[in-house]
Amino acid sequence: MSTHPHLHRDDPKDYLHCEYGIRSWLFTTDHKRIAILYLVSITLMFFVGGAFATLVRLELITPQSDLLQPETYNRMFTMHGIVMVWFFLIPSIPAVLGNFLIPMMVGARDLAFPRINLLSWWLFTASGVFVLITIFIGGVDTGWTFYTPFSTFYSNSYAVAAALAIFINGFSTILTGLNFIVTVHTMRAPGMTWLRLPLFVWSNYATAVIMVLATPVLAITLLLVGIERVFRVGIFDPALGGDPILFQHLFWFYSHPAVYIMILPGMGVVSELVTAFSRKRIFGYHFVAFASMAIALFGFLVWGHHLFVSGQSLYAGLVFSLLSYLVAVPSAIKVFNWTATLYKGSVLLATPMLYALAFIGLFTMGGLTGLFVAALGVDVHVHDTYFVVAHFHYIMVGGMVTAYMGGLHFWWPKISGRMYPEGWAKIAAGLIFFGFNLTFFPQFVLGYLGMPRRYATYPPEFQVWNVLSTAGASILAVGYVVPLFYLFWSMRYGKIAPRNPWRASGLEWEEADSPPIKHNFEEVPTVTKEAYHYHEGVRLG
Amino acid sequence: MAGAALAVPFWPPPAAQSATAVDHLFIFLLAICGTVAAGIFITILYFAARYRRRADDEIGSLRPSPLWVELTWTAIPAAIFLFIFGWGARVYFSIYSPQVGALQIYVVGKQWMWEVQHPNGQREINQLHLPVNRQVQLVLTSQDVIHSFFVPAFRVKRDAVPGMYTTVQFHPTKAGEYHLFCAEYCGTEHSRMIGTVTVMEPRDYERWLAGTPRGEPLAATGERLFTKYGCVNCHGNIAPALDGVYMKGIGLADGRVVTADDQYLRESILDPGAKIVGGFPNIMPSFRGVVNEVELQALIEYLKSLGAPAAGYAGEERRPRRPVTRP
Repeated sequence: MSTHPHLHRDDPKDYLHCEYGIRSWLFTTDHKRIAILYLVSITLMFFVGGAFATLVRLELITPQSDLLQPETYNRMFTMHGIVMVWFFLIPSIPAVLGNFLIPMMVGARDLAFPRINLLSWWLFTASGVFVLITIFIGGVDTGWTFYTPFSTFYSNSYAVAAALAIFINGFSTILTGLNFIVTVHTMRAPGMTWLRLPLFVWSNYATAVIMVLATPVLAITLLLVGIERVFRVGIFDPALGGDPILFQHLFWFYSHPAVYIMILPGMGVVSELVTAFSRKRIFGYHFVAFASMAIALFGFLVWGHHLFVSGQSLYAGLVFSLLSYLVAVPSAIKVFNWTATLYKGSVLLATPMLYALAFIGLFTMGGLTGLFVAALGVDVHVHDTYFVVAHFHYIMVGGMVTAYMGGLHFWWPKISGRMYPEGWAKIAAGLIFFGFNLTFFPQFVLGYLGMPRRYATYPPEFQVWNVLSTAGASILAVGYVVPLFYLFWSMRYGKIAPRNPWRASGLEWEEADSPPIKHNFEEVPTVTKEAYHYHEGVRLG
Repeated sequence: MAGAALAVPFWPPPAAQSATAVDHLFIFLLAICGTVAAGIFITILYFAARYRRRADDEIGSLRPSPLWVELTWTAIPAAIFLFIFGWGARVYFSIYSPQVGALQIYVVGKQWMWEVQHPNGQREINQLHLPVNRQVQLVLTSQDVIHSFFVPAFRVKRDAVPGMYTTVQFHPTKAGEYHLFCAEYCGTEHSRMIGTVTVMEPRDYERWLAGTPRGEPLAATGERLFTKYGCVNCHGNIAPALDGVYMKGIGLADGRVVTADDQYLRESILDPGAKIVGGFPNIMPSFRGVVNEVELQALIEYLKSLGAPAAGYAGEERRPRRPVTRP
């Protein structure tokens, strides 16, 4: 396509080199540069959240409270949750990879509203600064869930400041979601029909719908918490005539769909990786695509499964349990389709594919243990124990973070124009996989044994499993730090990436340079083929 | 640490009927999910090895994705899920549905302790003594934030929520001492809001009852409070008589009929204006901030003793429909 494919590294027009200076970055409206801004921001937040997790795990080596006093420990797990959920997981794949790729994948020059996209990042940054200030002035100890009336009356920490940070952060999420929805609807290139969209676009579209519909509820809920805490208006506190369970309904009406914000984009990445490294059309395109939409839809109807032991009506519990099993079906469909895609493929176990296969395995573990917690009778025992902690870390870290790492490696040549070092990358992937399982598998055992979550101290018989978990966490930490170094290294010393190093399908590989020019394509591409058209051949340069 | 390897716990002791019920479902889930997971892992590894790329320009073969395959792996999991759902629901209802004739014990959670009141007047802090092989029902509430009463050996937990009563049942089957945890994060000393549940053989339990200094029976405390707070002055003349009030249908001034369960009685003490009995003026002062949760339970126990139609708690899950405010 390009008239000078061999020149692209020196081409002054590539998005990294078309402009210079800090202002050209901080005030850019180029979706690719904004993706890089997000990459830097969330990487910082990931290591901040990781530092809190490290302190939590170190404290839990011994049953007593020795490294941290309980009041500090409670702040550590709270800040870990807040930072990881809102400042890493939710923006991770959508705001970095989605921002970079969605316009290219649909064949557009940018997102529909480039300046709103920049505003999203600025709002994110403002909220990030706010949350860091909250940490420095003393932190918050309510748990990331802000349960009332603890958060509105009893907590002696900076709950309002933290809530405000998340409130601002929410607007960034909403605007990103809005941008994605409008882009997918209106900016598709000629011939790019809905059923030719890459599954990454489908899953981010589903995510965007949740972002726009669910996040306002979080904003409302946190506002109500702030009003009750500051003005003593009775909303959730029964001492003021409020209802504490109402808070849980509102919070999870947002936060359960948010769980899908934190996994659907990962599913999208894995669909791309599995096809690219099997060089094969995905098995059951329609089922995988519509499963994303089904998850987005049903995801709104299952919030009550967080309230099985709370005093919610038993019959409501019944309905929410049934609906939770319904939402498990599309997830199962996806796992089966990915596995079937490998069948008679041409499978290459490059680093991104290792992450993709790790994702399928870990997500399967997370999903299957979801069947345990959705079973009403079992949840009565494992609710609020380490079983739940392990379950959602298998989804969010084993799933989403693994997919994010896979996607980052896969598209790194496109983003940076350089190849990452394959050997180091494989070592890091191995460390992450092993470290992750050693960290979180023992927590399933701990949970069934009855160790409650958010415990600074615990009975001595639980120690062995906690020591194993902490040992795993130290390996996991190394696994996450190594890529930080070699990806930096590769930006200068990595092998120069060709336009389509993986011989993958998709407009970003076939029609755009590595790294792409500012407006992505020399001319607007016309799409004539389905996604994953490996059998018809892919364009290499 | 010597010998610790032998002491590594894998499974909590099962010490109640609910524990056996939850364990059976859990083991079934382990078996079926373990099989599925192993199947998927082995398939992935096999495909990755069997179909590994052999030439740089090799591509995968173009396979159709037949509808029947998709429908099969949609329908079979869905059917299995429904089965698990049904089983889980049965266990859930057996744990939370109120049962008649259970030994009823009141529990109040507060930062950071569990206060237990036995009907005969024994009071315990962070301790709960129970006879083996007897159905027990806890009526839970909280004086401050949400707590959760969790006994892993029974496989049950229930949140103790301020402003409402929740219940949980169990039937201990094995004598011993078991952990009691607070499972809902409740502030600084959350992880120290723990205690011991002691299940005793009937004879030991009798000995414990006899040997434990106890105050008057709970209902007698309630009666004393009933006099102390002056309830006795109005109820029976200018306010409704309370004989046999528990679980009676009450006709309200607005035409509704409500059942006078624990939740109603509690509300009527704290928010008398919320539901006015038909034919009576709204003159009762609120006792919010005057009587605490422990006293409230004693008062309700006293009202129950005034000739209730049926013993036992039956106000499961009835909560005020909306935050109640005085007019």
